Amino acid sequence: MNEHHHIISYKKLTAIWLALLALTALTVAITRVELGGYKVLGALVIACAKAGLVIAVFMHMKYEGRLLRWLLFLALLTLAIFIGLTFFDVLYR
Amino acid sequence: MDSNVQKVTAQPSCFWNDTGKSGLTSWIFSTDHKRIGLLYFYATFGFFLTGVLLGLLLRVELMAPGRTIVGPQTYNALFTVHGVVMIFLFIIPGIPGAFGNMVMPIQVGARDVSFPRLNLLSWWLYITGAIIILTSLFSGGGAPDTGWTFYVPFSSRTGTNVSLAVFGVFIVGFSSILTGVNFVTTIHRLRAEGMTWGRLPLFTWSLYATAWVQILATPILAITLVLIMTERLLGAGLFDPARGGDPIMYQHLFWIYSHPAVYIMILPAMGIVSDIIPVFSRKPIFGYKMIAFSSIAIAAAGSLVWGHHMFTSGMSDTAVMVFSFLTFVVAIPSAIKVFNWVSTLYRGSISLEAPMLFALSFILLFSIGGLSGLILGSAATDVHVHDTHFVVGHFHYVMFGGTGFAIFAAMHYWLPKFYGRRYAEKPAVVAWALMFTGFNVLYFTMQVLGMKGMPRRYYDYLPEFATLNLVATVGSWILAAGLVIMLVNLFRGLWWGAPFEGNPWGGATLEWSIPTPPPTENFVEEPTVTHGPYDFTGIGR
Amino acid sequence: MTTHPHKDYAGAKLGMWLFLFTELLLFGGMFLLYSVYFKRYPQEFAAGGRQLDWIMGTVNTVILLTSSLCAAMAVTAVQRDELRRAVALIGGTILCAAGFMVIKYVEWSAKIGHGIYPGSEHLKSGPPGESVFFSLYFITTGIHGLHVLIGGALLAWIALKIKGGEVNAGNDILLENGALYWHLVDLIWIFIFPLYYLIL
Repeated sequence: MNEHHHIISYKKLTAIWLALLALTALTVAITRVELGGYKVLGALVIACAKAGLVIAVFMHMKYEGRLLRWLLFLALLTLAIFIGLTFFDVLYR
Repeated sequence: MDSNVQKVTAQPSCFWNDTGKSGLTSWIFSTDHKRIGLLYFYATFGFFLTGVLLGLLLRVELMAPGRTIVGPQTYNALFTVHGVVMIFLFIIPGIPGAFGNMVMPIQVGARDVSFPRLNLLSWWLYITGAIIILTSLFSGGGAPDTGWTFYVPFSSRTGTNVSLAVFGVFIVGFSSILTGVNFVTTIHRLRAEGMTWGRLPLFTWSLYATAWVQILATPILAITLVLIMTERLLGAGLFDPARGGDPIMYQHLFWIYSHPAVYIMILPAMGIVSDIIPVFSRKPIFGYKMIAFSSIAIAAAGSLVWGHHMFTSGMSDTAVMVFSFLTFVVAIPSAIKVFNWVSTLYRGSISLEAPMLFALSFILLFSIGGLSGLILGSAATDVHVHDTHFVVGHFHYVMFGGTGFAIFAAMHYWLPKFYGRRYAEKPAVVAWALMFTGFNVLYFTMQVLGMKGMPRRYYDYLPEFATLNLVATVGSWILAAGLVIMLVNLFRGLWWGAPFEGNPWGGATLEWSIPTPPPTENFVEEPTVTHGPYDFTGIGR
Repeated sequence: MTTHPHKDYAGAKLGMWLFLFTELLLFGGMFLLYSVYFKRYPQEFAAGGRQLDWIMGTVNTVILLTSSLCAAMAVTAVQRDELRRAVALIGGTILCAAGFMVIKYVEWSAKIGHGIYPGSEHLKSGPPGESVFFSLYFITTGIHGLHVLIGGALLAWIALKIKGGEVNAGNDILLENGALYWHLVDLIWIFIFPLYYLIL
């Protein structure tokens, strides 16, 4: 059963945590500056980057097989489609 | 259920009498997928009969114009409860919960589902939700009168007990999610040696597609129901225009779940039909790969079309066109299935026994329902028949003529396998004939009424619709008579009928290779699959 | 059939991920509503966001990220058979969860004290978009807070199992799945934080 395990070192986890903290600081910083609409975009891009780090390392997705990755992609795609198609109504009403 | 345990002729390890314990607790706390499947079957079918009774009452009210037996408020409550019970307590959990649980693990060659205790939990959640829904009818402000869709603004204002009913549906939804998680995991992880994806029975394929819809769409229903509760209990105002909310967003959220939910209802029914037709045609299924693929395609495309329920809601014209187009896309995989079933029949050696009769009527009734769906899916025609009895006729053709008849087919096909006894063939055919006739008299008439402009959800109507309404009501009685005969015959057979042993239908899927009734562990020894699910070589009848 | 269902490591993990998908979609519904209403009321949403305390939001983000680090380290610890350290790390996660909830409580009570809560008179008399913003805020963070509580309880239960010896290096799937659930709670917050606190 143990062949599934890839043990992630404390060091690596800590490095990811530091990166997450840095990204948090960056989001706060860019939303304090006057960037108009780009600020929303920037905050979301950073949030996605943070989410990517959490999923890849904290949640071990980087070390999982292809199946789980595809399924996660499917779930996210579904959500994106739900939101996207709704905007056909919201944008053109 | 306990009393019939002794009556079944069975080997010692048979799942009916394996525990050494008897009584209710050996059932309601069992983690055996077959027992849970039967629990689901009896619970869901009980709610089906409840729904039928309510439906018959609705038809009696509509037998003649004006007040016949109930007033407007009671009528509103009747059709709401009819819808809620039929949709959430019968047809959504019906096939996956009952026949999926009973048959699927055996079909993939597993001893049980991946998470047997979770499976039991999902049955318990289902029952808890059902009890809460039933409680809501008799407490607070009385039975909900919003229709099963709980549309705002009415649902956030009506004095009836919507909050509790919605909470019950939330719990039932959670149960549905857990079933989906369990089935996807089981099909990925517990397939027997040699059970490749290309050898999965089509019923299992359809459950796989269904399970994905359960996983990805049901959470949206959950959050929608939470939002109704916050609207009612906290006055959150998210759907209240006076407070900046948008009632159309409620409809979006509701149908993002509830349209895919239609495929939770119909996909496994298609799976049943795909399993039965080759067995009773003595011929491998035509286009196995396309039928399997079309299940996935329907699940995927079906998740993109929720807006076709909202053509008259005031959403943007662009959205109307996009959703109308996408709706027509769903017709393609559906038609692939129908063509493949018909091609399977071609030059087959067809035996018209009860399961086959129900499966064949599925093809016809589903096609009528599906084609009338295209009239509704096309925005231009939908505007005219929206909210009329045409819609009611349409979805009963698909849901009852489709899924309902497929469940009847499954009952005649698989229940003898689990009981080890068979029903009498002749009364089953008579019952089928009555139901098929009554069904068409009832629902085709409804479609005609809708075309003539009779709106749905009113207890009263113009005198010019009187004759056709009377015809429809008589049809409902024929249908009910057939149903009674079917049930009496079926259950009399299951309890006292002649033995059903070996592989009388001549099925090639794994459930027909094990003893009847199935042993607790399903397989005496680990199966190794060497042939496809519809390869009848060497399998006699 | 080759593996007993209860011992199917990959199956248990797959099942957990499937469940996480349902959680993603559940919050997805709230994000869907957010995106639609944000598009309709950008000014009001910005004004609403300014009324939230971004410092408390940032502190809570740091707390949750740290809690996630502890949970991930606890998994590593159990896999290395450092069981005492694992329990301590889970303790850290739960402590963070408690801190998060305390700050949330302070935030909520401050808002409610100012008459800002779903259905309040203050919001009814204000601009429509503001009422929508705060209703979304309370419902989303409310459901998220509920998940924090459930996740904390789940991890506490798993810590007991580690102490009892049921979860160890050879059989750690329960902890892995518990940690996955916790990371999801963190993941949701990673999006809630900029959308509600930083859109100014």
